[in-house]
Amino acid sequence: MELKEKILSSYVAFENGININSDIHEIRTEALENFEKLGFPTKKLEAWKYTSLNTILKNDYSLFLNKDASVDLADVKKYFIHDIDSYKIVFIDGKYSSFLSATTHDAIDVCLMSVAFTKPKYKVVIENYFNKVAKQDNLTSLNTAFATEGAYIHIPRNVELEKPIQIINFTTGSEAATMVQPRNLIVVEENAHVQIIERHQSLTSNAVLSNVVTEVFADRYATVDYYKIQNDEENACLVDNTFIDQKSNSVVSMHTFSFGGNITRNNLNFYQNGEHIDSILKGITIIEGKQHVDHHTLVHHIEPNCESHQDYKGIFDERSTGVFNGKIIVNKEAQKTNAYQQNNNVLISDKATINAKPQLEIFANDVKCSHGCTIGQLDSDALFYMQQRGIPMKEGKALLMYAFANTVLESVKIPEVKSRITKLIANKLGVNIGFDL
Amino acid sequence: MLKIENLQASIDDKSILKGLNLEVKAGEVHAIMGPNGAGKSTLANIIAGKEDYEVTNGTIELNGEDINELSPEERAHNGVFLSFQYPIEIPGVSVTNFIKTAINETRKARGLEDMPAKDMLKMIREKSELLEIDRKFLSRSLNEGFSGGEKKRNEIFQMAMLEPKLAILDETDSGLDIDALRIVANGVNKLKSKDNAVIVITHYQRLLEYIIPDFVHVLYDGKIVKTGDASLALELEEKGYDWIKKELV
Repeated sequence: MELKEKILSSYVAFENGININSDIHEIRTEALENFEKLGFPTKKLEAWKYTSLNTILKNDYSLFLNKDASVDLADVKKYFIHDIDSYKIVFIDGKYSSFLSATTHDAIDVCLMSVAFTKPKYKVVIENYFNKVAKQDNLTSLNTAFATEGAYIHIPRNVELEKPIQIINFTTGSEAATMVQPRNLIVVEENAHVQIIERHQSLTSNAVLSNVVTEVFADRYATVDYYKIQNDEENACLVDNTFIDQKSNSVVSMHTFSFGGNITRNNLNFYQNGEHIDSILKGITIIEGKQHVDHHTLVHHIEPNCESHQDYKGIFDERSTGVFNGKIIVNKEAQKTNAYQQNNNVLISDKATINAKPQLEIFANDVKCSHGCTIGQLDSDALFYMQQRGIPMKEGKALLMYAFANTVLESVKIPEVKSRITKLIANKLGVNIGFDL
Repeated sequence: MLKIENLQASIDDKSILKGLNLEVKAGEVHAIMGPNGAGKSTLANIIAGKEDYEVTNGTIELNGEDINELSPEERAHNGVFLSFQYPIEIPGVSVTNFIKTAINETRKARGLEDMPAKDMLKMIREKSELLEIDRKFLSRSLNEGFSGGEKKRNEIFQMAMLEPKLAILDETDSGLDIDALRIVANGVNKLKSKDNAVIVITHYQRLLEYIIPDFVHVLYDGKIVKTGDASLALELEEKGYDWIKKELV
């Protein structure tokens, strides 16, 4: 049976385990119909031209894992940023792990969607925000149809959360192939501030497909700093659908670090519903083997006097492939928009590929929009400089790539995240850090 | 120390050096002057081993050994240092970390252990004082956002740290104000010994007021066409290069 059929026919069984007499479930069933109509994306769709899911959709995924898997903290500790005090929302095979988590309901809510969906006190928030900014496309609809669990974060007005929140989804590979669909909702009220670190991590070599949807609402003057660490096993695929709704004077930054996994697709969408908004989108991709990373970004400038800054760097070795599709829409009303987009790529091997496509749709006449895209090899003059100082070619190349990627890290606000990513980059590139970076 | 005989070199089939001879002995300071496009920077890059150039004829010997087949890093390990006219910016790698890497890679190539951290710090302290470099400067990313003068001073700082046998200063004076020029020249003079040698490539006589050369060579159209003592630099400053061109005809 094809995966689509399997999913559709499993829906009745899925409904047995949940409350179907709710508004939420109406949203789910509508989404299911939508997915039934659209199906999985194929390369015929412009947005999926360079990313094929064909091979991974052939796996016979287990959709609902009944076994409660457990993991040892010692085995997974390395996947946390463990040298900081933080809240943690951890899932194992899609199920909440209270053992690994540290949540709170004390003035703020750092907890679970399953709780938010069922407890009356969250009803209003769910009604106002759930599925309100998510696009009704193929994979988002699929996620919505089965949305039951994920991270629920609600930061009330004027709360500046000192501790970052880590959202981690582990898959244990207890089945030959596992599909999980976490659904996250993050509501940050006026003048509130939150930092979030998200990670999806497979713990085996069995196939994993994660189809994640995250909705973020940043109200007026809110600040959200979001970090996604994608450094998964070679048989793990991730489709990350993130939708961010920003109100006036809010600042939202998203850093995506893609260092591993089979196929990683990031659909990152920013909607600026207000004035004086700043949206920051940064990414570092360093992959090799047959890995594939696809960044599809959208920044929709709807109102005047807003900014967006995009800076994506990619380093591709061996037969790896990358996609960068950066779309900026500036509405007619969105005068005085400043939109910047930069995408620089280095191909280390002759067999590596990058497909880069900036897409600007500008309907206003008084705007500053710039985009730059480069694809190249390493600067031979810079390499000569290194060698002249006695640094051998191989080490010199690694150091240059390290420097190339490093500029993206300047805007990382959590020092422990910065140093972790720095070390990951150094390791990946084989930079011999016999020094403190 | 350095012996160049009948060196001919080209880039993209364009002939640049056309039979150049130069001998530099330990303890000497040589200045190479000449009009734009004469091949001065090409000579510096070829000695340092830049691969864009093709040596079509002639030999370059360092301490009796032909270095033509050596990679740039191998030449560096053998004591060749080139102060770049346009130093490269390396974001995310501090001056200190870069120089530590350079020193330890050089030591590794020579079969030595890494320099102990204590010795490294002491050396960094001494050499930065010599070149009047602020410590804060050392933790900045290499050359990133540096002024022209800071970049050049940083080049000489690296030279001081690496203690080369043969140092080539490619237009180190350009972009330096008079105070920075004095500091840089003072640094070079203090590093000079009977065991090492310096080649100063410059357009102007200005730097040579501080670093007194034993020999001044005029490079013109890919060859050294005139050699004299320090007074030749003064004469060139005064009269330009046209009289030499005329002499050649």
